[in-house]
Amino acid sequence: MLTKRIIPCLDVRDGRVVKGVRFRGVQDVEDPVAMARYYNDSGADELVFYDITASVEQRPLFARVLAEVARQIFIPLTVGGGIQTLADFDRVLHCGADKVSVNSGAIRNPQLIREAAKRYGDQCVVLSMDVSRVGDSYHLFTQGGQVDTGIDALEWAAAGVDAGAGEIVLNSIDTDGVKQGFDLPMLAALAERVSVPIIASGGAGRMEHFSELFRLPGVDAGLAASIFHFRELEIGTLKRYLQQQGVPVRLPAGETA
Amino acid sequence: MIAIIDYGLGNVFSLSASLDHLGFANCVTADAAQIRRAERIILPGVGAYGDAMQRLRASGLIPVLDEQVAAGKPLLGICLGMQLLFERGYEYGEHQGLGYLHGSICSLADDLAACGASCKIPHMGWNSLHLVRPEHPLFRTTREGEFVYFVHSFYAKDCAESLLASCDYGLPVAAACGSGNVCGCQFHPEKSGAAGLAMLRSYLTAEIG
Repeated sequence: MLTKRIIPCLDVRDGRVVKGVRFRGVQDVEDPVAMARYYNDSGADELVFYDITASVEQRPLFARVLAEVARQIFIPLTVGGGIQTLADFDRVLHCGADKVSVNSGAIRNPQLIREAAKRYGDQCVVLSMDVSRVGDSYHLFTQGGQVDTGIDALEWAAAGVDAGAGEIVLNSIDTDGVKQGFDLPMLAALAERVSVPIIASGGAGRMEHFSELFRLPGVDAGLAASIFHFRELEIGTLKRYLQQQGVPVRLPAGETA
Repeated sequence: MIAIIDYGLGNVFSLSASLDHLGFANCVTADAAQIRRAERIILPGVGAYGDAMQRLRASGLIPVLDEQVAAGKPLLGICLGMQLLFERGYEYGEHQGLGYLHGSICSLADDLAACGASCKIPHMGWNSLHLVRPEHPLFRTTREGEFVYFVHSFYAKDCAESLLASCDYGLPVAAACGSGNVCGCQFHPEKSGAAGLAMLRSYLTAEIG
């Protein structure tokens, strides 16, 4: 049986792992290579590696750091941040990424997803969205969650999947950094709309938040940063808890079957 | 030396890194002489079947692979590389494969729909293995139910005679197949954590053939 995935996210700036609260007040946590190795060894199902400043400051990803992480990671690795062109896909794929996450690059160039999916396959293209409630609808935000594009997020997701996005990361700005749980209504609305795997991001604070999340049909993975980085929650502990709750998970080696 | 076939498709960075990590000398190559000198061959691949066969054909390496397989050299296919080992694939039309294993590569979506299962496509994520041939060199240190990482939309059918392991995704899916010195994994051992590395080590240190 296919398991639900637990995905730590490494937000990286200047070669260091950082994590913002509501994208502000960024605090330095640890070295990405050390963190990557720690997660690889502790049972993470996948790792997401974002250059969080790239879309704001146009900084390219640090290929050397990425390659160093990829050399020590024997689980799937998704890379995002500053992905604007097919050349950016090439660059990170050659540094060991398995999937590439596009966010604002797809807003600037609506053909990017289609072209990338055609060249690298749907499974390689992840559409990442920063979304917040505006009135009765969900809007797509950009610039680290600061600018409302006015685009309807659900329409955007559906168009992205039509163009070839193989997976969607939904980051709720409304729940990010608050640690009161994932944005279940927003995720449910997305799951109604698209049929590709959905990765929930923003709001994880306790183990119960993940069991609530995985009771929602159509959600395949939960992504979090700070609770894992500060070791407030160990992935092994979380997975054993989820298994008790009846959620299918991959337990660390030696604990399966 | 292990030769990882370079035909312009697939992410070989992780595969090469995992072999480095395990201490196996390896090279990513399209050079026939280097492939002939290698003790083992790995055929990677990500993408579409027809495109992959076309690239492999254009590289001129198919006769080299045919000759090396006939001579008994161990060949491991991974993901699309495993699918190419079969006789044919039906991804965007019908395409001839390498034909080392009996069977065809068919659409998982079509067969899931036919049996009324509502699983997402691609089959992406960690799934548990049922070991059909637990004694196979790939599985010397692998237990029943071990989790490995899959990403694929097409799968091997009519391959019962070479089936080594399967997984459940709405219907039984061939996870590994092999016969003689030819073996393939639909999953990515190089992306399957410690379990996948253990399989690579087990297979690459075993007497094959």
